[in-house]
Amino acid sequence: MLDFPRWKTIGISIILLLGVLFSIPSFLPEKQFESLPGFAQAKVNLGLDLAGGSHLLLEADLADLEKTQLANMEKTVRAAMRGDRGPEDDIAIGELTNANGRISFLVRNGAQLDAARERLFSVTQGAGLTGQRDWDVDVVDTTRIVLTPTSAGRTQAVANAMDTARDIIDRRVNALGTREPTIIREGDDRIVVQVPGLQDPAALKELIGKTARLEFRMVDANADPNEALAGRVPVGSEIVPYAEGEGNGAAFEVLRRQVMISGDQLLDAQQSFDPQSNQPVVSIRFDSAGSSTFARVTAQNVNKRFAMVLDGKVLSAPSINEPILGGSAQISGSFTVASANSLAISLRSGALPVKMEVVEERTVTPELGADSIRRGAIAGIIGTVAVLAFMIAVYGRFGIYANIALLFNIGLIIAIMAAFNATLTLPGIAGFVLTIGAAVDANVLINERIREELKRGRRVFQAVELGYSEASRAIFDANITNVIAAALMFWFGSGPIKGFAVVLTIGIVTSVFTAVTVTRLFAARWLHKTRPTTLNI
Amino acid sequence: MRLLKLVPEDTNIQFLRWRHVAMAISILMIIASIALVATRGLNLGVDFVGGQSVRVEFTGQMPKIDEIREKVGAIGLGEATIQQFGSDQAVSIRTALPEGDKTAADRAGQQLVAGIQKAFPTAKTGSVETVSGKVSGELLRTGALSLLLAMVAISIYIWIRFEWQFGVGALFGLFHDVALTFGFFALTQMQFDLNIVAALLTIIGYSLNDTIVVFDRIRENLKKYRKMEIIPLLDLSINETLARTVMTSFTMLIALAVLLWVGPDVIFGFTAAMLLGIVIGTYSSIYMSAPILVWLKVGPDSFIPRTTAATEGAERVTRDDDGAVV
Repeated sequence: MLDFPRWKTIGISIILLLGVLFSIPSFLPEKQFESLPGFAQAKVNLGLDLAGGSHLLLEADLADLEKTQLANMEKTVRAAMRGDRGPEDDIAIGELTNANGRISFLVRNGAQLDAARERLFSVTQGAGLTGQRDWDVDVVDTTRIVLTPTSAGRTQAVANAMDTARDIIDRRVNALGTREPTIIREGDDRIVVQVPGLQDPAALKELIGKTARLEFRMVDANADPNEALAGRVPVGSEIVPYAEGEGNGAAFEVLRRQVMISGDQLLDAQQSFDPQSNQPVVSIRFDSAGSSTFARVTAQNVNKRFAMVLDGKVLSAPSINEPILGGSAQISGSFTVASANSLAISLRSGALPVKMEVVEERTVTPELGADSIRRGAIAGIIGTVAVLAFMIAVYGRFGIYANIALLFNIGLIIAIMAAFNATLTLPGIAGFVLTIGAAVDANVLINERIREELKRGRRVFQAVELGYSEASRAIFDANITNVIAAALMFWFGSGPIKGFAVVLTIGIVTSVFTAVTVTRLFAARWLHKTRPTTLNI
Repeated sequence: MRLLKLVPEDTNIQFLRWRHVAMAISILMIIASIALVATRGLNLGVDFVGGQSVRVEFTGQMPKIDEIREKVGAIGLGEATIQQFGSDQAVSIRTALPEGDKTAADRAGQQLVAGIQKAFPTAKTGSVETVSGKVSGELLRTGALSLLLAMVAISIYIWIRFEWQFGVGALFGLFHDVALTFGFFALTQMQFDLNIVAALLTIIGYSLNDTIVVFDRIRENLKKYRKMEIIPLLDLSINETLARTVMTSFTMLIALAVLLWVGPDVIFGFTAAMLLGIVIGTYSSIYMSAPILVWLKVGPDSFIPRTTAATEGAERVTRDDDGAVV
């Protein structure tokens, strides 16, 4: 066991050297780090608990998603039945309802039933791997068609919506200009947003929590507000409440259900000021299709009122003084510069396909984070120095070997974490301390065994050899059990526990390597060189 | 140079002589811990019960806890749990989340921070945590599940590498350590959060280290001294590994004590749990896991029926892995 062929010695040396080299960037101050060549710019990330910042866990409102999905399908059905070759191509339908999670309608002319089914078939799509479609089309009572989303269709809709939502949130957070935000999907219906160094989590939540579904709808001029409040809303209209603090006294407007134009036809949105009142507003520009629709609708409805609706709340309901032809408009409401800016960003990045809610928030201020890392580092240094001194006092030369290996171990852990871009959290620091403990334990086991074998009267060479081989079994078993614990922490844990598990796992691997192999190399070289007859251990 | 020896050479302490007493004490402690958890309960953090927790640091004179409670109560978020946190200038304020929709919870969080700022202009909010009831329920479930699975998986591993009696012994020791740590948290009412679950899993891993070192020596001695009675053999094995046990526990205690003393407040509970875990983990591998082997009638024959093939196989595995490390 004490024979080290040249290639092994070289291999071990290379690994240790790489470990030291790759750990260096993590210790450099920001400025020097940035002057490094690109390939060397790998360092350990600090978790939000250390660096300060916000962690948000957003969860999709699946009930809301299903509602939107149904509403969209309703539109698709109407369009499909209208046909694309003029009125003679239409299939007359009636009693279209959208309730209880399904769409149901009547085909007036029984002879057209098959044609209707045919058209529906072309608008539904395959979903999943089993060849299932996303909607089931059933005929009930020979004239009624019922559309229900299949489970594969639902799953697919959720997955698509979450992907889109992730991209949109990404765009919004990046518009804030913060450094290196992390936005990842977690599980089926969640998104994690982590923004290091963020000072104001409320603004972040405001920004990404907004669905930003913008709609322009006509105010129903025929509706009597009092009648509407009593529940008698004209067909095709509905009550829409004002956003908080808006409406100058009125709490709601009665609006036509039909959406004239919606946010997805926006080309751009910017915060600006209203030239007359000097109030902050959001200026928007429509794309070409949107512009022409907007021009047509406003031309037809001069002197009538229309409403700008954001996420189901009326922002304002001005009257149309003249046709708006240029394709640009202003959204007014009682904005501050900041809230107008945040709305502009949300509109620019598009509407979230599904409502997202903050279900978990963890924010740490940068000062507290800096304090934590300073105290963690001091504790790490004091602890390490104490353990190093103690090892030398107890094991002499072999203690020094163990200590050198321990320092290499620290370098290797940092190097590997940097290479994988792993994140160091506060519990991670504790994991670090624990790893050092485990590395020391391995050397204690070995050295105690060497003592024992010497006591039994073995020669130095043989005692060292037996020390390593006999102790290895227990070291191996002990570390495997720790890997099992770490793996379970990683799978089931979340946030801080995961960070801890990562450090622990890396640490277990490197500590076995340094504590067993590296110290053995040192011991072997010394034994071969000096051939001692007695050993002080 | 004369080297330091923590444990004299050739100790011959009859650990097992006290096994009945130790077992009685341990069982009493386990029962007491369970009773404590049942009656006083754990001071679960927002990770597990949901709610919001704000860490507030005061500069200058810190107001009395009662005063803080009164002012926080005035914000109108129900009763707050207020605890000294780490340094004597900081408190953690915990309130429940309002029922109803999630945006209400979100608003309440901002309300709390704003309210504190208004009542105590010199105070700084260092961190804010808000966890909804749904997420906290999940965290509690997955936390408990990972603990349970870790204990079972580790025991199965021991069973495979040793014998079933050793697996049972290890499981019993683990149960002891986990129960006592829970008892400690119920007694001190220190906040029990996600980090503490990580600490518990680490305690399990560490306690196992100890147990495995002792078990490994027992297995070795069972093969070496075929004729020896089991009790003296266990005593011998524990004595032979005693120097290592003391030495390792001591270095771990140094590292953790430093972390407890100068380390960040945020991991105080975590470090305290580990410190305690190391002490009871060391105790349990000597007084819980080993004596069980006597009752389960482990003897030299435990390793015989499968002849030497099994043990040799095991030996070879370690060698291989040893080699693979290089």
